[in-house]
Amino acid sequence: MPLYHTEDQAMLADTARGFLADEGNIAKQLRHFRDINCKDGFGHALWKQFAEMGLTGMLVGEADGGLGMGHVEAGIVLEEIGRNLTPSPFLTSSVMAATALGGASADLKGRYLPGLIAGDSVFAVAIDEGPKHRPERIATRATRSGNGFKLSGSKAFVVQGGSADMLVVAARTAGDDSDSDGITLFAVPRDAAGMSLDVVRLVDSAQAAHLKLDNVQLDADAVIGEVDGGRELLNRVLNAGRIGAAAESVGVAMGSFEMTTTYLKQRKQFGQLIGEFQALQHRAAHLYSELEIARAAVIKAQQLLDGGSDKADLMVSVAKAKAGKVAGLAVKEGVQMHGGIGMTDEYDIGLYMKRDRALAEFMGDMYYHAERVAQLSGY
Amino acid sequence: MSDLDAFRMEIRAWLEANCPPEMREPVRDEGDVCWGGRNFKFKNPAQKAWLDACVAKGYTVPDWPVAYGGAGLNPAQAKVWREEMNRIGARPPLSSFGIWMLGPALLKFGTEEQKVHYLGQVARGEIRWCQGYSEPGSGSDLVSLQTYGEDKGDHWVVNGQKIWTSYADQADWIFCLVRTDKTNKYQGISFLLFDMASAGVSTKPILLISGNSPFCETFFDNVNVPKHQLVGELNRGWDVAKYLLGHEREMISGAGGNDRLNTIGGFAKRNGLEDPLLRADLAMFDVDALAYSAMGEKFLDEIKVGKAHPAQPNMMKYAGTELNKRRHELLMAAGGSAALEWESEGSNGGSKARNWLRTKANSIEGGTSEVMLNVISKRILDLPGA
Repeated sequence: MPLYHTEDQAMLADTARGFLADEGNIAKQLRHFRDINCKDGFGHALWKQFAEMGLTGMLVGEADGGLGMGHVEAGIVLEEIGRNLTPSPFLTSSVMAATALGGASADLKGRYLPGLIAGDSVFAVAIDEGPKHRPERIATRATRSGNGFKLSGSKAFVVQGGSADMLVVAARTAGDDSDSDGITLFAVPRDAAGMSLDVVRLVDSAQAAHLKLDNVQLDADAVIGEVDGGRELLNRVLNAGRIGAAAESVGVAMGSFEMTTTYLKQRKQFGQLIGEFQALQHRAAHLYSELEIARAAVIKAQQLLDGGSDKADLMVSVAKAKAGKVAGLAVKEGVQMHGGIGMTDEYDIGLYMKRDRALAEFMGDMYYHAERVAQLSGY
Repeated sequence: MSDLDAFRMEIRAWLEANCPPEMREPVRDEGDVCWGGRNFKFKNPAQKAWLDACVAKGYTVPDWPVAYGGAGLNPAQAKVWREEMNRIGARPPLSSFGIWMLGPALLKFGTEEQKVHYLGQVARGEIRWCQGYSEPGSGSDLVSLQTYGEDKGDHWVVNGQKIWTSYADQADWIFCLVRTDKTNKYQGISFLLFDMASAGVSTKPILLISGNSPFCETFFDNVNVPKHQLVGELNRGWDVAKYLLGHEREMISGAGGNDRLNTIGGFAKRNGLEDPLLRADLAMFDVDALAYSAMGEKFLDEIKVGKAHPAQPNMMKYAGTELNKRRHELLMAAGGSAALEWESEGSNGGSKARNWLRTKANSIEGGTSEVMLNVISKRILDLPGA
């Protein structure tokens, strides 16, 4: 398969670009909801629009009422979300939770997917338990109790957790904290007794929750997939989140880069456009080169994931690490090349820097994923 | 089964039957590379058998038209060919500046007669070409070149000197930039082809820091070049030269060289990788290298269907050569003192150290990294005054 978009995908990209530039732009969404101190950190009206365009159920199978698309298509939407810094539950709900529910019983699918597809529901995913992404170690316990399970433990960095109607929680039903086996995924309703959320605002104005689970009683039908055998499904959810975040990072980098090169062509100092200075030209050209490579890594990983390749894990980590590294460079160069105004809240370039930082951490930073590349390569 | 799947099965079976086991081993040194040409000495019978088998099917240049010695594969088929070659680790049957550089230029600018004649020779590995571009006073500023061809009616008489001519001492023919109008800088250069056995051509290898001499000084002393050996229009050779440079940069970038997602960290581990900071550097390098191999694949896919930016080979050349230099720095660090050996059997004649030094030319030859960044600034980013 060639590493560029098919005609259908290119049409989707045009549609997503127009839609998010018009409706999801920084003034209408990110700044608006930040400045009114919105508790959800995103706009529900826009989420309804996502649904009307069929985007909420992109990754949901056609038999379950979705579009049955793949990670290439989801990545197209995420790149535009990144370019516009659009706050939305798309990555957590339509990419990660939808991937988890893809492995769920017909009953759970029937309970949750219609609301997701209609844009009425928002889901979150609770995996990490500390400030760094370490899904190899899961200490939250689920023990058999009555007809179901009791969950106890804590989760961190649960993005959109405070506004979610349901949270996908990874817990341990067997084994030690660092065992690969013994993981089970649960669909936990927001109002489950014993679950408390401490909602915090993040640097990029998104909201995330610290989750405490204190003997949360769930029926057996809350289990997503297999009891004890959830590692494989969890890995699919992680891959979906990682490649999704990588695609969004590329969008953030592109948005920042476009703003910056535009500025280089407008700003005058010493009687000339600053874009005429070779010192800045070479840095911009280097950044362009890195951005192109990051995009290529992302589409390669998306295609391998969609094709079920055994190289997908490796390439997803390559893409997440590379996109994170390059987007980090893009926003840092962006602020520096803008000079003083790059430090002001009024100017948008700083918002790119904030979103980049949050995305870099989400589902593992470049250090985590470079380490994973080394391990998957046998060293 | 789709047509493409059927084609893949056909290629797989053909490779199985025709690619000798020795030709599925990694290339270890220069002797393993088949350059072809009048004077080429095959290292072993397998090398010759592999070339002959590919020539018979047009597989030395799979995407060239059949009339010019190729196999006439479309972009999707050519990709299948590359993938199947990579799958079994097959060596290229023929490496040649004729394939990588002159061929594309002739396909675009040559007459039908020139295409049939020269491209056929290239495809069959009969003629080995070298490139006469740089001169002692014209490196990055190539367009200032001074080698002059004086018009003598039915031929030119060429005088001057080229430098950094790769393998000039082993080449059969040269494609050469020659000034044919001293009054016009850009539109005063012509693109000429001539036989290196012509009277008045001499070469002198240049000893490099690697201890090898892949490059030569090339001297022209009243060399007669018939007029029909002009490619493109008289005095418009700069257009041909720039087009060819794009392909040269693509070649040096290493795009499409390998899509098997190999990492160098695994290699380092076999040498006893005990330093955690070196391991970290290797991992960060492997991220960049695997991402770049995806870029190489994307670039080739896009360029075959006209989706790549025309100046994109400059980006590929910049990124690919800087990466290759880093690769060899890390290989030297991982190799430790064993990698310092210059003349010894265990080091295969100092191949690690020599290869490391050789890579330092990657970001100079075919346009320096700094020139590449200038071109990206101007032609892709459209920055002012660039």
